[in-house]
Amino acid sequence: MELICPAGNLPSLKAAVDNGADAVYIGFQDDTNARHFAGLNFNNKRAAEGVAYAHARGARVFVAINTYPQVIGFERWKQAVDRSAQLQVDALILADIGLLDYASERWPDLRLHLSVQASATNPASLRFYHENFAIQRAVLPRVLSVKQVEQVIKDSPVDIEVFGFGSLCVMVEGRCLLSSYVTGQSPNTFGACSPGSAVRWKETPRGLESRLNGVLIDRYGDGENAGYPTLCKGRFQVQDKTGYAIEEPTSLNTLSLLPELMRIGVSALKVEGRQRSPTYVKQVTRVLRAAIDAAKHDPANFTPNAEWMGALQKVSEGTQSTLGAYARPWQ
Amino acid sequence: MPGHGNDMSAVPKIALGPILYYWSKQQTEEFYQQVANTGVDIVYLGETVCSKRRIMRSKDWYRIGKRLQAQGKTVILSTLTLLEAASELSALKRLCTESPFLIEANDIAAVQILNELGKPFVTGPSVNIYNSRTLQKLVDKGLRRWTLPVELSATELAEFQQHRPDNVETEVFAWGRMPLAYSARCFTARAENLQKDDCQFRCLDYPDGLLLSTREDEVFLCINGIQTQSARTVNLLGEIDRFIDLGVDVLRISPQFHNTMDIIDRFTEVLSEPQSPKRFDTQLESWMPATACNGYWNGDAGMEQY
Repeated sequence: MELICPAGNLPSLKAAVDNGADAVYIGFQDDTNARHFAGLNFNNKRAAEGVAYAHARGARVFVAINTYPQVIGFERWKQAVDRSAQLQVDALILADIGLLDYASERWPDLRLHLSVQASATNPASLRFYHENFAIQRAVLPRVLSVKQVEQVIKDSPVDIEVFGFGSLCVMVEGRCLLSSYVTGQSPNTFGACSPGSAVRWKETPRGLESRLNGVLIDRYGDGENAGYPTLCKGRFQVQDKTGYAIEEPTSLNTLSLLPELMRIGVSALKVEGRQRSPTYVKQVTRVLRAAIDAAKHDPANFTPNAEWMGALQKVSEGTQSTLGAYARPWQ
Repeated sequence: MPGHGNDMSAVPKIALGPILYYWSKQQTEEFYQQVANTGVDIVYLGETVCSKRRIMRSKDWYRIGKRLQAQGKTVILSTLTLLEAASELSALKRLCTESPFLIEANDIAAVQILNELGKPFVTGPSVNIYNSRTLQKLVDKGLRRWTLPVELSATELAEFQQHRPDNVETEVFAWGRMPLAYSARCFTARAENLQKDDCQFRCLDYPDGLLLSTREDEVFLCINGIQTQSARTVNLLGEIDRFIDLGVDVLRISPQFHNTMDIIDRFTEVLSEPQSPKRFDTQLESWMPATACNGYWNGDAGMEQY
């Protein structure tokens, strides 16, 4: 099982490679990728440096071009594919059918992975992308239980990559429009969820309030830790109750599942977080490298050690973690 | 053909989308008996949200569909949007194989299965068609009509329509609470403090979904099992001239528990006389479970109202 780590800039890419990532995934500085944030991502020069750095050390580089090309501006996405091919990256991570069609036709030798943003959760969908565009791997949305992942792998025509650690999307990736409903910008159209430009913080007599385009996402009392107002992780009212009606601020952590994920035939484990710091990338890569190696060496006696769990906990969103949909009770 | 502007343009047909909520068998049967007497042209039937909702079996949908067909409606069978278990995929395959009606694919799995069977299909709003190359590729696979993703605007639709292949129709989600997200988690069960595996079919208690508000009582979202919808209702009937100019073929009305027949009647009335002064009166708004929105159509945040 390979370890795939995120990099939003060159220091993060180096941190991932130096700490044992098998591959690093990056994006360009525009809306062609799903972490379209100011000051983040790679221009051609930095990407070339990154590819050289990784290849010299036996690691691979994938480029995520995983937003949906808009009907006006498709050229920008084609150029991102062409740039990647010219940079001699090891794979593209794509979601859109039109863009997969372009990439497979224009660069038939370039390895294609299906992004989680394509929302493919079953073997029939995977067959569609495999038969039409010769994808070689797919990243599954974070909605399946371990047993369901196992069933998909059994009938899948391609390798399967799953999320192992990082911020948790509660909704099926590629099928969540909550962000554009509130702000006009979604992961599909713009490459961002709950974009920073729409966030406002205000101290009020009732507490610290976070708003997204005017909509109250959360209000914090004294002593409560305020988190980024990702809109599905706010506190809302349903009937007479106020609380985290959709999801708590929490991170996915699959450390305890590693031997199981290996046994069922998962090909690669992905770490979320291209928007996070080089320190995050270093910490998470280091721990997961050690844990995967330990689980490979002796799966029967594998237990996540306290040092690993502590290190991951420190960099978790809301400093708590969950097995997410891998475990039925979460659902 | 009733025309407007130029001879090439026709007035759109009206489609009634699948019921997105979970209603009792009696409520569902009565609903479709009423539908038969309306001016709706196309009726989508079937369960698209949750595979645990089994009050209506395939044979029930076939029976209702055949009756509606005999009454002059075009019937389409809608399929599940989020497929998680192998059993759900088998059920989808069976439906695609057996269905006496055209199928609405709501996941690429259905597209693939129908293509393997050599059957044509239409797509619902959850199949991501964001550009003309994607549309063309799916037309090559058997797509006959596609639905514009709800988050796209009139400007984007105009661009699509300019490059649209000849042999495919365009549908727009024109009335209803918009489906915005799908999850493995059931938010209705969560609100009731139940686990999904023991949900006790609480969706039956909320025939228009369960309202989620902000902590300052702003109506925000609508929980419908594993689906999250807008709490506000989109209403694009006022855009009828634009639809005709753009050559939109079908307008979709998404069922709600009350007044769906009144809404269909109002759409039928306006579409039958598109050049007469419109009555976009407050009555339509009074039939919404909450308030109105049309931001997406205007290139803005979906919740905004122009």
